[in-house]
Amino acid sequence: MKKRRLVIRTVILVILAAAVGYTLYANLTKDTIKKVEIGKTAPDFALVDMNGEKHKLSDYRGQGVFLNFWATWCKPCEREMPYIEKSYQEFKDKGVKVLSVDVGESDVAVNNFINKHKLSFPVMIDKDTQVQTAYGIDPLPITFLINKDGEVIRSHVGQLTQATVNQFMEEIQP
Amino acid sequence: MNEVKCECGHVNPHGTVLCESCGKILEETEIDKKLVDMRYEGSARRSQTYNKTIIDKIWNFFSSVKVGVWLIVITLLSSIFGTILPQVMYIPQNIPALEHYETEYGWFGKLYYQLGFHDLYSSWWYLLLIASIGVSLVICSLDRVIPLYRALSKQRVSRHEGFLKRQRIYGVSDLPESEEDFATIHNKLKSKRYKIREEEGDILAEKNRFSRWGPYVNHVGLIIFLLGGMLRFVPGMYVDQTLWIREGETKAIPETDDQYYLKNNQFIVELYDKEKDGEVFEQALDRAGGVVKTYQANVTLYEKKGDTVPGEEPELEKVKDAEIRVNEPLKVNGLALYQVDYKLNELHEMSFALQNKETGEEFGDVTVDLSNPDKLYDLGDGYSVEVKSYFPDFEFNAEGEPATKSRVPNNPAFVFEMKSPNKPEGEVSFVAIQETIEPLGDNEYKMAFKGVETKNVSGLTVRKDMTLWILGLGGLIFMIGVVQGAYWNHRRIWIRRIDGKVWIAGHTNKNWHGLKRELEGIFDGTGIDVPKDQLEEEARKG
Repeated sequence: MKKRRLVIRTVILVILAAAVGYTLYANLTKDTIKKVEIGKTAPDFALVDMNGEKHKLSDYRGQGVFLNFWATWCKPCEREMPYIEKSYQEFKDKGVKVLSVDVGESDVAVNNFINKHKLSFPVMIDKDTQVQTAYGIDPLPITFLINKDGEVIRSHVGQLTQATVNQFMEEIQP
Repeated sequence: MNEVKCECGHVNPHGTVLCESCGKILEETEIDKKLVDMRYEGSARRSQTYNKTIIDKIWNFFSSVKVGVWLIVITLLSSIFGTILPQVMYIPQNIPALEHYETEYGWFGKLYYQLGFHDLYSSWWYLLLIASIGVSLVICSLDRVIPLYRALSKQRVSRHEGFLKRQRIYGVSDLPESEEDFATIHNKLKSKRYKIREEEGDILAEKNRFSRWGPYVNHVGLIIFLLGGMLRFVPGMYVDQTLWIREGETKAIPETDDQYYLKNNQFIVELYDKEKDGEVFEQALDRAGGVVKTYQANVTLYEKKGDTVPGEEPELEKVKDAEIRVNEPLKVNGLALYQVDYKLNELHEMSFALQNKETGEEFGDVTVDLSNPDKLYDLGDGYSVEVKSYFPDFEFNAEGEPATKSRVPNNPAFVFEMKSPNKPEGEVSFVAIQETIEPLGDNEYKMAFKGVETKNVSGLTVRKDMTLWILGLGGLIFMIGVVQGAYWNHRRIWIRRIDGKVWIAGHTNKNWHGLKRELEGIFDGTGIDVPKDQLEEEARKG
């Protein structure tokens, strides 16, 4: 009798605790639901760069992809561009691809930016913000590191240094 | 262990005050009282002896009504606190929340933010309070409804003398001369819809017992309601998203996995018209001026065909044209798209003419798409205009260089290079709204402003709420419980023959006056006295 009461009470309390626990967990994580999860396959996308060449992320399996989102008005984005360019020159023959996505500005602005910083890696414009939505982009700059299996191994918000860009590219080098 | 056997032979759980079967007082301390406490029929609702394990301690904590009341009071107070300043979702989103609270409300606002009150209703501790009320509700109810049910179903007809004489309605009469009086009483009880049980000449008349379950039905409703609220956190049950969409723009509808796209053809704000909309409105319109009649977005819904990834031009198949008005949403795949906001006259195109400053002669018009200007506008005959730089949201940055704040064309500015047969090397002109700078000296030509084309933007809300019917069901059951408990009274009348006397006792869970009136009717004209209200008697004596 006493034992049964204990069991019943325990079961009821466990059910209630589970319900409350789930609600709290779901509430706390609802704002941080990321479109991109570390260790999961990166959302696929396809964009045409400023030279008219089409880049589809899933075509680059077997290579590491350094995916960077930026805008011309974003100062930290501008400051990290030379570092990315320098590391790109070093790693482009070692199986590391750089894809640089502007968040939807005009061709004029983006081309001026490319010329100003003498960027040689592919730059593309996400005109209708589809890719940004798929990646849940909010603050800029943001960089995703995708390994040769197409999995996101790291994401970084904020300006990079030469050292971190190098380190990141080493991490995804196949 | 610790079970209490009453002299009537019934075995009661530990902690029972009144025997479930005969009503004899089992708790010593109750014997001195003039009236018994009839709450929960004196059943064992919470036993302190089962306080040994941590489970029992938690259980007993939540089973206390006192704790429940405090939880409600604390929740109410904190809810009130959340209304002192606007919550974070209602403040302007363009500056950091802390900054807003600090500049608007000073140190209090800062503290308010730092303590987390800016997002009080989804803070973990507020949810925990609500959840605790839910837990308290479940445990309190279980701890009371089960013993109460036991006591009411185990009660026997002949209750103990000690029980009868400690009822609020109680009286003793001599036995009437004929048995017929009992038959009359029996019939009168019947006609008042009492259910009658008889044992050895004793009578228990009872009606509306279901009214006792009202509070518990009410609690079940509340718990279903809370459950519905909880389900909002389950993915797929609840969606509340915003979709801003310009005229002419096609965008994927959120939460549809990019399967559905929406094109905004036109956004309309229509005002009431005095002439057209009838005289009824005339006075109101004179007083208030422009009154909006409709906010409407004319849209086309598309479904995506084939497999494209984000960034690729999706292959779209038209589903239908629709008009979205306030309260008339477009339903797509379980989602409802509501018209909730708008932005009028967002700059879309600007046109200029290449003009000779001296003669005013024009050499052709240039229309610039502000979301993506062309690089070169060839006007023929050796005249051309090149867009060297474009700043959609122009400002001078910290270094004093022209820059843009965003990609929205709020304040477009251009650097044009104008070429003409006279000036084949080109002249550079910086053109912003109401402002022209010629950085390389006096130019012969200028870009004369011709006009702008604007577009409206619709703000839509994408909503889905699968929990509404659960909330409705909870509310309905809640109300059924209230009605059940409020509009019926559980009444019982005991009639016992003891040693040539008739003992009568009555009990109701509320509306004692009603019970007394009923008793008067029942015993009137029989040889038995109407039982008295002992509380009233005492008041009269004292």
